[in-house]
Amino acid sequence: MGTPSGPLDYLARWPLRLWLAGVGLFLYAPLLILIVFSFNDSRRTTAWRGFTTRWYASLFEDGELLAAFGNSLVIALVSTLIALAVGTATALLLWRFRFAGKAALEAVLGLPIVVPEIALGVAFLVFFTAVVPWPAELPWPLNLGAIILAHATFSFSFVALVVRARLASFDMALIEAARDLGAGEWLILRDIILPHLVPGLVAGALLAFTLSLDDFVITFFTSGPDTITFPVKVYAMVRFSVTPAVNAASTLLILLTALLTALALWLQGADLGKEAA
Amino acid sequence: MKGDAIICFDGVTKRYGKVLAVDNVSLEVREGEFFALLGPSGCGKTTLLRMLAGFEVPSEGRILIDGQDVTAVPPNRRPVNMVFQNYAVFPHMSVADNVGYGLKVDGVGAAERAARVAEALALVKLDNFGDRRPDQLSGGQRQRVALARALVKRPRVLLLDEPLSALDAKLREAMRTELCQLQAKVGITFVMVTHDQDEALALADRCAVMQRGLLQQVASPSDLYEFPASRFVADFIGSVNLLEGRLVVDEPDHAEIAVAGIAEPLFLDHGVTGAAGTSLWVALRPEKIELHKYDPASPAPPHPGDAPPGRNVVAGTIRHVAYLGSESLYEVELGDGQRLKALRSNLTRWDQEDFALGEAVWLAWHACSPAVLLT
Repeated sequence: MGTPSGPLDYLARWPLRLWLAGVGLFLYAPLLILIVFSFNDSRRTTAWRGFTTRWYASLFEDGELLAAFGNSLVIALVSTLIALAVGTATALLLWRFRFAGKAALEAVLGLPIVVPEIALGVAFLVFFTAVVPWPAELPWPLNLGAIILAHATFSFSFVALVVRARLASFDMALIEAARDLGAGEWLILRDIILPHLVPGLVAGALLAFTLSLDDFVITFFTSGPDTITFPVKVYAMVRFSVTPAVNAASTLLILLTALLTALALWLQGADLGKEAA
Repeated sequence: MKGDAIICFDGVTKRYGKVLAVDNVSLEVREGEFFALLGPSGCGKTTLLRMLAGFEVPSEGRILIDGQDVTAVPPNRRPVNMVFQNYAVFPHMSVADNVGYGLKVDGVGAAERAARVAEALALVKLDNFGDRRPDQLSGGQRQRVALARALVKRPRVLLLDEPLSALDAKLREAMRTELCQLQAKVGITFVMVTHDQDEALALADRCAVMQRGLLQQVASPSDLYEFPASRFVADFIGSVNLLEGRLVVDEPDHAEIAVAGIAEPLFLDHGVTGAAGTSLWVALRPEKIELHKYDPASPAPPHPGDAPPGRNVVAGTIRHVAYLGSESLYEVELGDGQRLKALRSNLTRWDQEDFALGEAVWLAWHACSPAVLLT
């Protein structure tokens, strides 16, 4: 006490601190309990019996779970690469050129983000069974193609929006300067525009990767018996029995997602800081 | 050859929709000269420069560089390079990479590139700055990078878009001198766009003054100032008193112009070649008007040298004084209420005290001082 609080030092006032603590508790307590009970030495999840890491060990002995995790990683990686290429191209198209239907394209770009996931899931189910049946007997990882395409379809919107936002801060004079120095369109894209986009590309890729990694609804509708992903597998485990192994698996998923999100935020923040300087 | 035309605008017009940005401009820039395009914002000077660089295509007319029609040649294939207004230094490249970029694009080998980059950086006094990032540089240093980046390609013509406008006043003055020296050293033709008349007068060998897309006058800085072709040029370049008058006497060796509010017609030491009674304008620069003490006891007018006695003098009252340090600007109200500006150098530390606000004075000027304008 003693230091007078400024008009914007809201956190110095106790009711607001209390409120903040309440919000934090409400949001994060369930996650914390989930993580704590993943270390519980009991088959039941409700009572604390002591600390153990055996559930984590058991995860790594579960072949199906590991296979599902491998599927998830491959799907996330490939769909991210597709989303990155298509999303960046879309953002560049909308930024650089004028063409008929531009406003319409801009309007539908955000559609995969706002359309309810369940509707997208059903749409993909119909699409991949009735319109373009994806052969399920293809060797791994080609049998994951349907899920990969579905994931790329919704995550490219996110990439396009992030890259477009990044392009808004681009100084058009740089393009003229490069052209004045003799560069053609491809060199300008490679040497001038893409380096500027790097933070946006990284942030967009991490976003797409995380979205794909923990997507359940759309994947549930597009996956077959041989193409189980990690979240779908966890769901199956819960239906069978809720053991601390489910908690452990979820904890790993949370950690991975949180790590990638933090990385994306940090990259964007570092970039903003540089621009402000 | 120095002095030959290197750039030729031939009837160049540029329209944006219905707006006429550049209106039928024909202009030649000579090899090795420092040329300035001067005018208020929106006069079309930047459009003209951008057409020269290739960023805009003329709606009509041709542009020739070295006798070759480049009207349809894209910017990356023209023998010109540009220094952009905000420098457009590539933020993700080091200074050396920025300067070397144009050479890299042209496929110049690494060894030669490094040598030429070092040479260009030395030219703009940025030796040892090659490894710096642009965000570690000041505005003036960034401009030097932009200069080096353009000069390293050894262009036939260097284009400068408002090169000094983003610098603070002191630096601007220093850069003026340096730009002049740089141009003399590299011997490349410079074409500069500016809205700052001081900048154009100080730097350029010749200036083109533009207004609303039209070329108003192309002349050396001193000719623009002392022999303006129109009221617009007289008023745009420097400060001026514009007096509307009527030609009453026009002989080969002198002319007389009647101006309302001044008792005797103004006396000029040259003919005007106009019919008697023609209405015209007289441009009189403030520094060309002398201030003399007015003694109410014996109000005899002073005699300003080359005019007949009693001519080119008028009495008035000082209504405003602006002390500018090196000189003082006096606004003097004549009998009929019109005001003339007179500028007086403060030759000693006491000169600014010679004339005070509200004091009655004589204004006088030489017969060779006024410029006659027909439009």
